[in-house]
Amino acid sequence: MSDSLRSLNYLDLQQCMHCGMCLPTCPTYTETQNERNGPRGRISLMRAIADGRLDVTKTFGEEMYFCLGCLACETACPAGVQYGHLFETARAEIEHSAVLANPKRNAIRSTLLKGLFTRPRLLRFVGRLLWLYRASGAQAIFRGLKLNRLLPEKLRGLEAQTPVAQAKFSHELIPPVMGQGRKVALLTGCVQDIVLADVNRDTAEVLAANGCEVHTPPVQPCCGSLHAHNGEPDTARLLARRMLDLINPADYDAIITNAAGCGSHLKTYGRLLADDPAYRERAEAWSAKLKDVHEWLDLIGLRKPQSPENPCKVTYHEACHLCHGQKITKQPRSVLKAIPGLELTELGESTWCCGSAGIYNITQPEMSAKLLKRKVDHIGKTGADVVAAANPGCHLQIANGLREAGSDATVAHPISLLAQAYRTERDRSAAP
Amino acid sequence: MNTDLRESLQREFPHLEFLHEKEDLIPYSFDGTAAHYSQAELVVFPKTTEDVSRLVRFASDRSVPIVTRGSGSGLSGGSLPIPGGLIVCLSKMDRILEVDTKNLCLRAEAGAITAQIAQAADAAGLFYPPDPGSMRISTIGGNIAENSGGLRGLKYGVTRDYVMGLEVVLASGEVIFTGSKCVKDVAGYSLRDLFIGSEGTLGIVTQVVLKLIPKPQARRTLLAIYNKMEDAAETVSAIIAAKIIPCTLEFLDAMTINSVEDYAKVGLPRDAAAILLMETDGPSGAVEDEAAKMADLARQHHAREVKIAQTAEESFQLAEARRAAFSALARVAPTTILEDATVPRSELARTVKFIQETADRYGLKVGTFGHMGDGNLHPTFLTNEKNEEEMHRVESAMKDIFDFAVGLGGTITGEHGVGVAKKPFLAKALGDLNISVMRQVKKSFDPKGILNPGKIFDL
Repeated sequence: MSDSLRSLNYLDLQQCMHCGMCLPTCPTYTETQNERNGPRGRISLMRAIADGRLDVTKTFGEEMYFCLGCLACETACPAGVQYGHLFETARAEIEHSAVLANPKRNAIRSTLLKGLFTRPRLLRFVGRLLWLYRASGAQAIFRGLKLNRLLPEKLRGLEAQTPVAQAKFSHELIPPVMGQGRKVALLTGCVQDIVLADVNRDTAEVLAANGCEVHTPPVQPCCGSLHAHNGEPDTARLLARRMLDLINPADYDAIITNAAGCGSHLKTYGRLLADDPAYRERAEAWSAKLKDVHEWLDLIGLRKPQSPENPCKVTYHEACHLCHGQKITKQPRSVLKAIPGLELTELGESTWCCGSAGIYNITQPEMSAKLLKRKVDHIGKTGADVVAAANPGCHLQIANGLREAGSDATVAHPISLLAQAYRTERDRSAAP
Repeated sequence: MNTDLRESLQREFPHLEFLHEKEDLIPYSFDGTAAHYSQAELVVFPKTTEDVSRLVRFASDRSVPIVTRGSGSGLSGGSLPIPGGLIVCLSKMDRILEVDTKNLCLRAEAGAITAQIAQAADAAGLFYPPDPGSMRISTIGGNIAENSGGLRGLKYGVTRDYVMGLEVVLASGEVIFTGSKCVKDVAGYSLRDLFIGSEGTLGIVTQVVLKLIPKPQARRTLLAIYNKMEDAAETVSAIIAAKIIPCTLEFLDAMTINSVEDYAKVGLPRDAAAILLMETDGPSGAVEDEAAKMADLARQHHAREVKIAQTAEESFQLAEARRAAFSALARVAPTTILEDATVPRSELARTVKFIQETADRYGLKVGTFGHMGDGNLHPTFLTNEKNEEEMHRVESAMKDIFDFAVGLGGTITGEHGVGVAKKPFLAKALGDLNISVMRQVKKSFDPKGILNPGKIFDL
């Protein structure tokens, strides 16, 4: 796999015939209406670099980090341009050429991407601290004393967004093996494991309720999606190898993920490790068996829960890396429609990015806030009580947006809503 | 463009956004036409007609060439930058100013997106029929500059047929309004018509009044599937000869069908030699009647199957898939060179066959689709611009096809304009005298030759 625009297969760049069909689907282009901020313009810059007409400049670097990587352009592109691949290559080249390097950025990146997200146990420890920050009352004190004012202006919004770590993580909630039937491995993710571990428990329960023997290795590495999407392909490859060492696809009927961003990346392991003779075959097998949980339930046939009708109005936000990255749009809706009493109201611009986009909400807070407002406005119009979303980034971002807007609506993973319905069913059959 | 000029422009127009960094300019150095690139030097985004007028006056005083640009989705290189010139990009003057339901018309700024105009009309219970393939991104100003067509040209005509009035900034910087909201208006020369299709060489359109019509009551979409391309072409001639004017008669050959299906996944038959996508609209009874007649004619001309879309959703999907045909063909080869040859409708079968034979003769890959009801075909060469030898063969094949079309009483472009891509073929289609009259028109509108010089023909 090539990590530089010049050694990229030139045909991948030529594939873009600049028809402009991508432009109306690009959140950043739509906002600024400057060609450079759209897919067609970004690809033209990449091509200029490959042609030797442009150097990898700081401006180019900033542009590629202004892109959300939401891949809406890939869905819209009739010519089949693999924008995601070009985007990852461009960001890798930017990191390699260090045009954006400065001490602060380097420190943050090496701490987060290389230090924290490659060490699951350390990540959990930080998660524990986050939990403590809240549970001990430190957060309340911080907010009560308005210590936020001491932070640099750009970062003031961030403290409010501090994710709420859960008291228990996935390995404390899910037994290593549960259920019977088709043998699947469940990936617990890194962020999801800490802030939304309940979603992982719900996923295990739903899989077990649908005839699966669910294996959940207690300590799992990060899948590397954050690294691949942020110009660190070597670390992404390292993490992929670790993942393949932990979970051999040959042992399972499927490998299940419930996080859209991870899933989109996990499916590319075959391409990522194509040049690695020791891992190539296993990586290809992995890519073939990797399924998003909604996709898997649809494949094996979802069992409709027999719980009593519980009236609830739900709308569905489509995580970019589920609908654009993996083309999974119908299956989550089928999951929601299977829940007794749930009324599904379509969300306007459901496939438009919410502005979370990995760590985009931290790196580009202004654009992120604009997109979040657009999303929250649409949610308001549906009158829904619950917003279903299947990606931890979107989940946290939208929950923050709703809270700031003073909305009572909550966010839930579609699988959590389904798990709740199974629980109600079980409780009812257990009742005398 | 020299730095002094740029700086004095920026001083003169401090309230406007200019782009002059290399990274900003590269994306403004091409349009939707393959293999044409010309480095942009300065882009400005005016906000009002007054801005445009002052910019033109500034450029005129210093003889700086101006290229007007919208979304850059043009297919003949009409909005390619000119060395030493200024790009006036109207994409941020995009407001729909008025939907006049009493006079059935709509007023918009030139940068308004065509699909949004169609939506605004629809919301008022009205219909704006022109629908170029790129309508979701193309601007109305660009449509007027190129006199764009679309899928409904057969029954409803092209952009020209819906332009009632234009606000235009002349090469002197003066602003005129030509046309009116009156259905009948013959006072003086129709300057309005001169600007339509003038590709930005006679003036800069800043506002437009468009005619709207009532929405048709009903619509039926049919798909006829063929094992031979000529059978599809003959069906079209038969439908026209039977005095039926459907709103859409679109043709796709095997290569196009497969590329479109790869993209849109709407269930097109991958093993067919050709399909016809047909649509009829109007009063419900008449629509049913017309649909049945067209299905019969298709069967008589050996369609192996005729499908009728059962839902509006299905019709919409088929039309959207067809709209993507050109871009979808880019899946086949690195460079997609789209042509726009148009012939009288009775000659379609011969032309379709000739295109295929020409491609074979030169050892080239071609995908053909088009608005067959209008006789407007899009033979699309699938090649690689990096392969010079093959590009020469493409040129020769194109020349043969244009010769053939012109020989049948056809033309070299039906809806994309001449721009720079068709310039070498213009004399063939029009003859020298026509071009010399056009040069005189150009001179009287733009004596200094600052508006998009070098496009359509050389001065």
